[in-house]
Parts: sequence; structure tokens; C-alpha cells
Amino acid sequence: MAIFTPGLKVSDRTLLVKTRRLPLKGEVLVQKGQRVKAFDIIAKTELPGKIYPINIANQLGVPASRLKEAMLKDIGDRIVEGELIAQTKGFMGLFRSESHALVSGTIQSISPISGEVIIQANPIPVVMDAYVDGLVVDVLENEGCSIQTSACLVQGIFGLGGEVQAPLQMGVQSAGQTLDASQILDNMKGHIVVAGAFVTKEAVQKAIDVGAKAIITGGFDYNDIKDLLGYEVGVAITGSEEIGISIMVTEGFGEIAMAPKSFSLLKKYDGYQASLNGSTQIRAGVIRPEVIITHTEDDLPKERWNPPEPKGIQLGDRVRGIRSPYFGKLGFVHALPISLETMPSETKVRVLEIQFDDGTIATVPRANVESIEE
Amino acid sequence: MSTTPENDFRSILATDCGSTTTKAILIQKIDGVYRQTYRGEAPTTVEAPFEDVTRGVLNAAQEIGELMGRKIVRDDGSGIITPEKESEGVDIYISTSSAGGGLQVVVAGVVRSMTTESAMRAALGSGAIVMDAFSTNDKRPPHEQIEKIRQLRPDMILLAGGVDGGTEKHVIALAERICAAQPRTRLGGDFNLPIIFAGNKQVREPVSKLLEDICALEIVDNVRPVMEKENLAPARDKIHDLFMEHVMAQAPGYGKLMKWVSTPIMPTPGAVGQIMKTIAEQRKINILGVDIGGATTDVFSVFDSIFNRTVSANLGMSYSVSNVLAEAGLAHVLRWIPFRIDAKALRNRIGNKMIRPTTIPQTLEELQVEQAIAREALRLAFIQHKTFAVGLKGVQKQRGIADAFAQEGSDTIVQMMNLDLIVGSGGVLSHAPRRAQTMRMLIDAYQPEGYTEIAVDSIFMMPHLGVLSTIHLQAATDVFEKDCLVYLGSCIAPIGDFDEKSPLLKLHLTLPQEPEIEEILSFGELYFWSLAEGQEANVRITPLQNKLDLGNGPAQPISLKAKGGKVGLVIDTRGRPIRFPHNPEIRTQTLYKWCSSMDEYPEGER
Repeated sequence: MAIFTPGLKVSDRTLLVKTRRLPLKGEVLVQKGQRVKAFDIIAKTELPGKIYPINIANQLGVPASRLKEAMLKDIGDRIVEGELIAQTKGFMGLFRSESHALVSGTIQSISPISGEVIIQANPIPVVMDAYVDGLVVDVLENEGCSIQTSACLVQGIFGLGGEVQAPLQMGVQSAGQTLDASQILDNMKGHIVVAGAFVTKEAVQKAIDVGAKAIITGGFDYNDIKDLLGYEVGVAITGSEEIGISIMVTEGFGEIAMAPKSFSLLKKYDGYQASLNGSTQIRAGVIRPEVIITHTEDDLPKERWNPPEPKGIQLGDRVRGIRSPYFGKLGFVHALPISLETMPSETKVRVLEIQFDDGTIATVPRANVESIEE
Repeated sequence: MSTTPENDFRSILATDCGSTTTKAILIQKIDGVYRQTYRGEAPTTVEAPFEDVTRGVLNAAQEIGELMGRKIVRDDGSGIITPEKESEGVDIYISTSSAGGGLQVVVAGVVRSMTTESAMRAALGSGAIVMDAFSTNDKRPPHEQIEKIRQLRPDMILLAGGVDGGTEKHVIALAERICAAQPRTRLGGDFNLPIIFAGNKQVREPVSKLLEDICALEIVDNVRPVMEKENLAPARDKIHDLFMEHVMAQAPGYGKLMKWVSTPIMPTPGAVGQIMKTIAEQRKINILGVDIGGATTDVFSVFDSIFNRTVSANLGMSYSVSNVLAEAGLAHVLRWIPFRIDAKALRNRIGNKMIRPTTIPQTLEELQVEQAIAREALRLAFIQHKTFAVGLKGVQKQRGIADAFAQEGSDTIVQMMNLDLIVGSGGVLSHAPRRAQTMRMLIDAYQPEGYTEIAVDSIFMMPHLGVLSTIHLQAATDVFEKDCLVYLGSCIAPIGDFDEKSPLLKLHLTLPQEPEIEEILSFGELYFWSLAEGQEANVRITPLQNKLDLGNGPAQPISLKAKGGKVGLVIDTRGRPIRFPHNPEIRTQTLYKWCSSMDEYPEGER
């Protein structure tokens, strides 16, 4: 019998498929079967420029219905910032009112009712890289592609900031250690720094100052997010923060030793090039932060690999407690009783028994454990 | 389908496809009365790897089938067996849905407090989440509005603005901005974004010219044809039709599900609103209802037959729990926790609930923390509701000098002294280990005034009953009264300026088969008496201070029959708003006393 609870994947070697999709339709620059490197540009597009509605009729002091007569440019015309785009005839050529373009772009519409002229600024080119080394197994026409790779994958529970690619560098030597500012060194510039149980706010700030690209930590103080971002994260949907560094938290808020397996894998790949994404979405369609170290030497299947359906937690599986009083404790599933049990809170729930690594056995709500998936 | 004798269903299967769980209930006619008999639930399957909502529906229905020993799912999984035959099937199958984020709408109008507000009321009334509301008197400059419309990916846009024959220029300007933004749909695909125009009928033609090429434009009657009157039904109905035609049809598996159901799928909050309205109409009472979920809190009210619904999109008990802390502030959460706790630890604890939203409180302390947050989520959502549930603005009224000094927002139609019944729903309320905890949370959050009855949705079946009420009112009413609504009891609370040190009230209370109790009540207490469901107590209370009001005016006594419930009768003398001791030590002791008075938590564990 198995039970289904959310889990985080921590694996030394797994097949992965990363789907890379442009924010808007554009051009895909790779083909199915092509090998790509993480930094390769695989697709590009142009984001439409900002829209500026400007009430030129008001600026000129003419009725909206007569705006068209004063316009020197028509719909679809390109204009350059500062260029004269509308002018009244004035009185005997004098007392003319003028309007100049606030931005460079294209005239999208001229309204004879509201008097607004809508100008669309020039488009912004956007390119997308492969993010991981691998093989293109699918091309999504005009949108992007799927890249298959063999990699070490460590998922986190919460993150900040977007994608970075950089070598890993250990900041501490054990999973229970705190990374403080004194341990942030100049040679961490351009690296993903690995902490243990905690990273202080001061250490994060110093890491930003020295130019580190990301930090991976077991625990983080929820208060420090507000200090870093200037606002509170009320809903765990992140990834677009621009604080000069990405952060991946593997365990949760507070001081919590990083799970030994996660830490030992990161230590094993100390110095290796890694891809990290702090983006998190804890809602339907969950997105976890992740760090990926690709095994470039591996042969990759040419066809897209589909991960097996999750098996759920079974007897003997490795799990971790994710809520007080067993938060962060690791153990094995010892029993899966069927009947409902009454907790000290008097809540009646389905439970499992965990044998923790110190040998003790505890009854825990099934909802309060997380599987550690290979 | 209407309620006619031929709709004499023997069994009804109803599902609610929520964001995370699909909940199924079976309703059967037993001895001429409809009763809820079985329930089942299963994870919702709109996301990968399944991406087909019907999988979850079948799993939940299958659970019911197994419990009742009857086959209700077709062998090949192609649907629900209808109608009921000898050993299998149910007569009809109906459903609501909020999966995949529910129905998300952007509204626009000319003046924020007038036509935009009418558009919001229409959208909210149909069960939508209003992602943003744009107005020509918005604080955001036009280019920011356009940028925002572009970023948002709603299911549809409701464009209002102008009374009939009123402003044209501003409505056109709004349409031009929407046109410039070229908004896209949330679910993608090749279909155009539906836009409903429900504004000044004089500008239908120019609005059509602007928008018909970029969207699927629908034109309905103005939501605000004249300043003095709203006409929300046409826009509301159109939103619902489009929800079915465009949104649901695009969502994974819904095409199939729409063919299975006997009546159109309703958005979950729309269905809950429907049942609230029905009950208020039938019993001719004022109702306040709440559905507190993981991500959002919906508040419904019917006062003097006027229905209002608001949704607080980021006030919930799991996904958005940290937002409750952020909006309420730590001190407001801490004031409800009956033990000392380190502020930093509390913040981290709440943060951990946000990132692991499906966990449940194992220890009593954890439960008490969650219930403290629930009070604040309920309170904040209620503040938003009261601000929104107001009379029409822009209507010329004769005002006295006192009105000139009245604060903005005081014109809410939600008047607690006139409230008859509070109905709570959602996990933290419906599944609290003791019903007394639910009653306390509702009293603390809403702070009812005068005499108010309190009830809770037993196992979260109001959405199912809402959609049922559209095809079989009697069945919905039977189940609502007998199986859904659990009466917790009544609360009596005086309002006014209290002298905390003097006696407050003189009580004469006669409980069933008990001698009359005569008692002087003091400030700052929760007085509690057990009073079972179906029982009534005779209550006579005389204020002992001139400024105290129990509903009959300052210093006036009240006499009433208080209704019982699973918890009982509470007389709350803590003041409105509730006054807390400033000293943390004394506050903790006071909270402990309040918890004890209603026997909320296990003895020795508090």
C-alpha cells in the first residue's frame, strides 16, 4: 500500500526534461536531435514595446474630432523620440501648438472620440538560453523546445530569484553549519555558494557585494526575506525578484540542517558547473527551486523520456517530517496503519509511523511527511 | 431544468472540483425527504500528469460507490451511470468547479466608485475572482493600466462605463486602452478573449468597431443604466455562459465533464452564493456567510434582500497564510494565541505552513496558532466585504449635517446589529476538532452585536447544494437544513461605551428543565451555557449602564428565545471591538480563561 504526499527529488543521476518556452511566440533556433550547451541561445523573440496613450487633442487644444487634421503622422508610422508629430495651423501661421513624440515607436491609433494617440514603443529583443547541457528532444514550433539531460538534481522547497549558471562552491563543511558573513570570500564571485543549516542576512548581503550568483541553504529566516526584498512574500510565487542573487532553501524557514543527502551531493560536485533556478510556485502546477549538475559524458536517449507516475510513499521509504514537532527529522516509514488516529490537537487523521534515524518511532499525520525521491 | 413533479429524483450525485480536492456527495430521497448519505473525495486532476478533471471526479464517485455498495461509475470510465436503475446509477449528476484558479475576470468602468463598482458586483456575484479593476479615474496613469491589462491573463473582461446616454468619451477611451493592450487569455489556445460590454448603450457601435477584431465581443444591457439603479443580471448571466462556453471548454477534461452533468457546471463561489441567497429569501433573514479556503476567503452577505459577495484572493489558511500575517501584522495574530510564543519562531512557523500548505496541526499549540490566523483572515476579509457592500454611490441623497461628518465606509449595508445568522464554511471551521472552537473563531472574527445565531457547514457541501438549488430547490433546502447546516448556538453581545469596572448586565435566563438563573454580568467575559440543538432558552437582559445597547436601543432591556446548537449560548461582554489587556502576561491568562469558559481545548493541554 502506498500513500501520496508531495516530495522533493534529490538524485545523483536522473534523466530530466526541461521545457524552455518563450514568453511570446518567436523563433526557435535549434532542431530536434541537436546537442546544446547551457549557455547556447536556443530561441529568440521580441516583446512588444510599452504602450503610451497620450491625449494630443488636449495638448494641442483642439477638439478630438479635429485631431486627425493636426497630426503629421498617421497610424502605422514610425516615430523617433522628440520628433514633431502633431501641430495646429495656428492663426496666420502664428500661435501654433505642437506635440513631440515622448518615445520612439509606432503610432498605433488616433482616436477622434477621446483625442488619444496611442504610441507603441519599439519592441524589446529577448533571447533564451538552453539552461542545461543536453539533447533537444522536442521542438515547440515558434515557442521553444524540450531539452533532455542526465543530471544530478537537488530540489528545494522555496527560492528567490531566477535562473543562474555558475560553478558550485562550498561555503561550509557540514550540513548543520551556519554560513555567516565572515565565510563569504572574494573568490566566491560568480559562484553558487553552499551553506548548511542557515545563512545569515549579513552573509547574503556580502555574497551580493562580492558578486556571488546564488546561495543554497537548508534554512532561512522568514523575516530576512522582507529585509532583502523590501516587502513580505505573502504567497509563495517567486522567481522574478531582482536582488542580485538567487537563493534556494532546501528545508524551510528557521535554522534546519540541510538533508544529509542533498548536502553530500552538493559537496561531491563542488567546483562543477551547475544551473540553479530559485523560481517557486506553491499552488496547483507546483514549481520547485532546483539545482542541476549535468552529466555531460552520459549517452542520452534520443526520444523524450517520460517520468514514471509517482509511486507514493511505501513501507521502508525515506521521509522527512515537515511540521512540528518533527519538523526536519529524517527517518523511514515503519508502518502505514489504515484507521484514523486522534492527534494531541484532537484532529483525527490518517497517520504513518516513522522510525527516525535516532531509533525512536513516532506517529505522524500522513500530510506532515515528505518523501525524499530518488 | 425546473423544479417540477417529474424532477422527483431518487438520488443525486454532486461534485465540487476544487483546486486541490474533488469532493463528491450523494443525496438520496429517504421517506420523502432528501438527505446527504455518502461522501467521497479524491485529488483534483487538472494538472499534469493526468490533465483531465474527470479522473478526479470518477475517483471521488467511485469512493461513494464503494461505500454504498452500488455501481455508479461506468465500467469503462466514460461517465456516471444515470438514471438510477435497480442496482446501479444515480438519477442525476451535477457539479461545481473552482479548479485551476476558478473564474478570473478583469473589470473596467468609468468612475471607480460607480460603474466600476457595479461591474465588480456583477463579476463577483457570478462567482468570479476580480483580478483587477480599471477606471478612468484610476490612480495609475493610462500607460501603466495598459501594461497591467497586458500582463494579466484573465478568462474574460467585463467592460462597463457610463449610464445610458451618459459619457461616451471616457468609455471609448477605456475600450481604446483594452484594444491597445491586446489582452490574451489565461488558458492560451487559439480562441479570442471574451470581452463583455455592459456600459452606455449609446457607444455600442464604436466599442464594437474597436474591439471586435481583437476579442470575442459580447454586448449586454448596461450594468448601471441610470445612476440610481444597477442591472447586474444580464452581465452576470453572460459571464456564466462564457465561463461554460470558453473557459470550461478549454480546461482539461471539462469538455467531457460538461456532457456528463445534468445542468451547467457552476463556479463554486457562485453556487455558494446561490444557496446563501436561497436561505435568506426562504427564512426572510439577514445572513453573513464565509468560506475560508487555502488561498482565498469568500464572504457572502444578504442584508434586506441585497446580496453581496467578495473574494479576498490572498487571505487563506495555507497558500496565502503568510499574507494574512503580513496584512494583519504580528501583533494582531499574537493577540489570539493563548500561550507565550517567540515572534521570530511564529513567523518562521507560518512561513513553513505557506511552503508546505497541505500539512495539518499535530500539536495543540500548532492548532491554536492556525486558529489565531484564521480569526485574522476572517476579520480582514470581512473588512473588505463591508467596504464593498455599500449602497449605490453617485445617487443624490438628502444629507443631514451628521452625514457630512460621517466617515467614508460607514455607509455599509452590513449592520451587525441586524444580522440574524452567521454561517461558516471551509476546512479550519468545518473540521475544527471541537465545534466550540469554530463558534469562538466566528464570534471573535465577526464580533456579532445583539442576538445572532451561528452555524457551520458540516462537511463543506454548500457548493453542491447551490447548484442543486437551481434545479431542485426542495432537495437543496432539505439537505441544507438537515445535513449541511450544523447550528452551533447563539451569541448575545452588548455594544456601546462600557465602564469596565461596573456591573454591565442583569441576566434572567431559563434553560429547559432548569430553574431560572439570575446573574449580574461583568465586563470582559465569555459567559457560556450548554443549550442543545433544537432547544431554546428564555433570556431577559437588562443593561445596567446607560450607554449599553443590546438591540433595542441604549439601556433598553431585551427578551428573547435563544436557540441552542452543538455548542450552546454565549453572552459576550468583551466589548465591540473586543478589548484585550495590554500586558502580555495578563492577556495570555485572559485568553486562557475565555478558552476554558467554552471548553475549547483538552483539559490540561491548554
